[in-house]
Amino acid sequence: MAEAPLLRLEGVSKRFKGARRGAAPVDALRGVSLSLAPGRKLGLVGPDAGGKTTLMRIMAGLVEADAGAVELFGQPVSELDRNLVGYMPQSGALYAELTVRQNLELYARLRGVEPLEQPDRMEQLYRLTGLAAFTERPAGKLSGGMRQKLAMACAVVAAPRLMLLDEPSVGVDPVSRREIWQLALDLAGETSSIVWTTNIIEDAARCDELLLLHEGAVLYAGPPDGLAGHAAGQCFSRPLSDDGPRQALQALQLQAGVIGGRIAGPRLHALTRTSSPPSGPGWQAVAPSADDGFSVMLDRGEDLQPSQLAEAFPLRLDQADQPAIAAIGMTKRYGDFTAAQDISFTVHPGEIFGLLGPNGAGKSTTFRMLCGLARPSAGRGTVAGRDLSGGRAAAREAMGYMPQRFSLYGDLSVAANLRFVAGSYGLKGPAARAAIERVVAALDLGPHWQAMSGLLPLGVKQRLALGAAVMHTPPVLFLDEPTSGVDPLVRREFWHHINAIAARGTAVLVTTHFMDEAENCDRLLLINQSEAIATGTPRDLRRNALPGLAADTLEEAFFALIEAQRQVPAEVAA
Amino acid sequence: MSGRDPLVWRRAAAIRAKEWAQVWLDPSTFGLVVLMPLILMFLFGSAVTLDVRETRTGLVDLDHSEASVDLAASLASNAYFAIESGPSVAALEPALRAGQLRGIVVIPDGFERGLVAGQPLDVQLLTDGTQVNIATFLTAHLRGAMRDWTQARAREAGVVVQPVVRLLPRYTYNPELESRYMLVPGAIGIVMAMIGSLLTALIMAREYERGTMEGLLSTPIPIPALVLSKLLPYYVLGLASTAICVAVAVFGYGLPFRGSLLALFVIASAFLAAVLGQGLLISAATKNQFVSTQFALLSGFLPSLLLSGFLFEIDSMPTAIQWLTYIVPARYLIPPLQSVFLVGDVWSMFLPNILALLAIGGFFFLRVTRAITRRIA
Repeated sequence: MAEAPLLRLEGVSKRFKGARRGAAPVDALRGVSLSLAPGRKLGLVGPDAGGKTTLMRIMAGLVEADAGAVELFGQPVSELDRNLVGYMPQSGALYAELTVRQNLELYARLRGVEPLEQPDRMEQLYRLTGLAAFTERPAGKLSGGMRQKLAMACAVVAAPRLMLLDEPSVGVDPVSRREIWQLALDLAGETSSIVWTTNIIEDAARCDELLLLHEGAVLYAGPPDGLAGHAAGQCFSRPLSDDGPRQALQALQLQAGVIGGRIAGPRLHALTRTSSPPSGPGWQAVAPSADDGFSVMLDRGEDLQPSQLAEAFPLRLDQADQPAIAAIGMTKRYGDFTAAQDISFTVHPGEIFGLLGPNGAGKSTTFRMLCGLARPSAGRGTVAGRDLSGGRAAAREAMGYMPQRFSLYGDLSVAANLRFVAGSYGLKGPAARAAIERVVAALDLGPHWQAMSGLLPLGVKQRLALGAAVMHTPPVLFLDEPTSGVDPLVRREFWHHINAIAARGTAVLVTTHFMDEAENCDRLLLINQSEAIATGTPRDLRRNALPGLAADTLEEAFFALIEAQRQVPAEVAA
Repeated sequence: MSGRDPLVWRRAAAIRAKEWAQVWLDPSTFGLVVLMPLILMFLFGSAVTLDVRETRTGLVDLDHSEASVDLAASLASNAYFAIESGPSVAALEPALRAGQLRGIVVIPDGFERGLVAGQPLDVQLLTDGTQVNIATFLTAHLRGAMRDWTQARAREAGVVVQPVVRLLPRYTYNPELESRYMLVPGAIGIVMAMIGSLLTALIMAREYERGTMEGLLSTPIPIPALVLSKLLPYYVLGLASTAICVAVAVFGYGLPFRGSLLALFVIASAFLAAVLGQGLLISAATKNQFVSTQFALLSGFLPSLLLSGFLFEIDSMPTAIQWLTYIVPARYLIPPLQSVFLVGDVWSMFLPNILALLAIGGFFFLRVTRAITRRIA
C-alpha cells in the first residue's frame, strides 16, 4: 500500500492585485500541483518572484489560495494543525534585541514545548545549532549563518512532521551553508519532511526532489538528476590556460548559441543551446549538472549582448600600473574586539578583486573602511589615489558603491530613485537624463519605471542598486555581495556587466559567498577570524594554498584554509 | 483549528514575557511611561493657566488730580493688574502693539472736576482686539475695579449707596476658582490618551515591519490570545503612568483627592482599555510604525485636547461637533476624573462613563482581532 502523501497540492493558483491602483494583477501561482511523501526532502527552486514564497505561505496557512486544493496530513489547509508544521519565514522572524535563549524559548512555548519540562530538547537544539556558547547573545549580533540556524531551531522546536524553510541559506558563506543543510537533515531525521526554497541550485541538488517554479508555473518536478537531464548533450568543457581565464569566459558567453559558462577549477565549462560545442579548440562533451538543466529550462533563447552599462565607462587602462585601491595595514577595533587585523592589498585598474570569507570574518569591515564608511583604527587606505583619511568626500566621488542591503528609498519609484542618485553625483539636465536612460536600458528597468522600489522583486532591486552605483561611471567600483539572494539568471547577467566594466579599466572590489563568482575574480583575498589568511589568483589558491594540498575546486581550498587556521592557533605577532 | 487550545495560557504567557523583555530593553519605553507624564503634567499644571493675573496694563493720567492719583493707586494695588504708567497714549501704544501691554487705561483731563460735579465720566480703556479673551477679561476686571473704587470713595464722602440686588457667588468644590483644579485632572486624561495610544501604536506595526508577525502567526497561538497578551504589559505601563500623574497632581500641585483609589483604578482601567485598543487597531491596520505613530498622535492627542471638554465646553460646540465628541474616549474620562479629585466618588456618574469606555474598548478589540487574520499580505 502506498503511503498517503504528507502534503498534496492540486492546481493551486494565486493572484495578487497590483502594487498600485490600476496596476495589472500579478499571477503569483498558476496551477501548481505537487505531492510529498513523509520523510522526503523537497527543494523549491526558481528565479526571484517565481512564486516560491507565496507557495510556502500557502502551505503554512498564511496565504489563501484562490483556486485549487491544499492538503496537509490528509486535511485541507484551513483545518491545519499548526503543531505539526514548522515554518521558517524568509525574514527569520527573530527578535534582534532579544537573546538567543529568549528567542528560542519564546518560540518553544508558543509551539507547546515548555523549556523547563523538556530541557533535553532545548539542549539538543543548542547542541545541533552550535549556539550553546551564545545563549545570552542578542540574536541581532549573531553572524548570518548562526542567525539562520537559530531561526530554523525556532521554527522546528516542536519537532514538526513538516518543516517549511524559506531561503534558509540566503546570504550565508559556503561553510555555514553546508552546516545549515546538515542541521535541517538532523532536525528532520528520517520521518519529517522538508520543503526548502533556495536560489542556489547546489543546495537544491541535495534534496530528494526538485520543483522548479518560474512565473508561477511548475517547469520541472522530479529528482535533481532529471533536471540535469534537460541539459544532456549541451554541456562542454575545455582546459583553461593560466592567463586570463575571466577573459576567456567572457568571450565564450558572447558567442552566439551559448547559454552560459563558468570557470570550474582549471577548466572552462560551457552550456550551449544546441548539441554542438562552442567554437574554438579543445571542447569535450561532459555530464550536465542540475544547474545546467535549470539554465536550459529558463533560457529565453537570446544571446547575451555586449554590456551597454560598460560602454559609457571611459577607457582607463593608461594608468594600469597605479593601484586604484590600496589597503595598507588596515585594522579596525571595536573595544576589545578586533574586526579586521592588519589587512593589506592593492587592486589595479581593470582588475576584479574578490574578498572571501565566512560570515563575520571581517570582510564587510574591511570593505566598509575602504568605502570610507568606517574609520580604520590603524593603517590607511587610498581610492583612486586619494587618501581616505584626508578627503573622504573626494575619494567617495571616485567610487561607485553597491551595499549589501538595499539602501535606496523603498517608498520612492525607480524613476525617482535614479533621479535622486544622478543628482547626488552632480549629474544635471541632459547628462543626468542620458545616464538614467543608459542604466534603465542596460538593466531592463523600463517595465518597473514607476514601480515603488521597496516592492520590487529582489533581483530587480539588485539591478536598480547596481545601476545606481555605476551611473557616474566611477573609476573604482565596490560591490558588497551584489548577487546575494538573487537567482542564477540575474547572477550571470550581473557578472557579464561587471566583467565588461572591468575591461574598460575600472577597478572592482567585490565580496561574495559563491565560489563560481570567486573563480571569476582576477585575484582573491581570503579573510577569516579578522585576518587575511591567503591571497592570490584563484589558481594559486587552489594549487598552493597549503603545502601538500592541491585542491580541485576553490571551495575545497576555501574549506581547507579555514580548517587549517582553526587548528593552528594564531601565532603571536612579534 | 477546532475546540479549545489546551496550551493557550502557556502560549499567552510566552508572548507576555517577550513583550516585557522588549520593554525592558527599550529605553524609549521608560521615556514614554515616566518622563512624558512628568513633562506634560508640568506643562499643563504650571505653564498653561486660564487665570488672568497681573495683566500688564498701561496707565495714562491726564488729570493729575488727587482723585486720579487715588484711582491709579487703587488699580496698582489690584492683583489683576500690573500697572505701568506713561505720559501719553502715544508713548505707550508701541508697547501695546508689541504685546508687552495688554491694554491702556486713560484717565481723562477734568476727571476730578467731573467727579465732584457729578457729571458722567469717561475713563477710556484701549485693548488689543486681536486677543479677544484677554480684552474681555480686562474690560470686566476694570469695570469691577472702577465700581469698587467709586463705592469706596462714596463711603469716604459719607454717602451710602445701597445696591438693590447683590449677587453672592459661591464656587462649590473649587472655592478659589483656580483653573488648575480643572486643568490638572484634564491633563491626566490627555497624558493617558497620548501614552495609551502611542504605547500600542508601535507594537503591532513593529511585528509586521520586522517580519516577526509571520513567525508568530505560523505558531498555534489563537489570535485573541495573541492580542490580549501583547496588550497586558502596556496596560500595566499605562497604569504606572497614571499613578505618576496622580502623584504629581496631589503632591506637586496640592490637588485634593476626595474620591477613592478604587474608583480611580476602575476609571483608569476602562479608559486604558479604550485607548490601548485604539492604538492597537491603528497599529494593526497601518502595519507601519511611522504612519502608525502619526495616526496615534492625530487621533489620540488632538481629539482628547479639543473635543473632550477639557479646554472647550462641549455644550457650546456646534451640534455636529458635539456628536463627534461621543466617540472621543477622553470625553468619558475627564468628568469622572475631575470628580474623583475634587468631589468624591459619584458612582451614578461614573458608571455610564465607564460603560461607554468599555464599549469603545470592546469595539476596538473586536476590530483588531478581525484586522489581524492569519494572513500575510
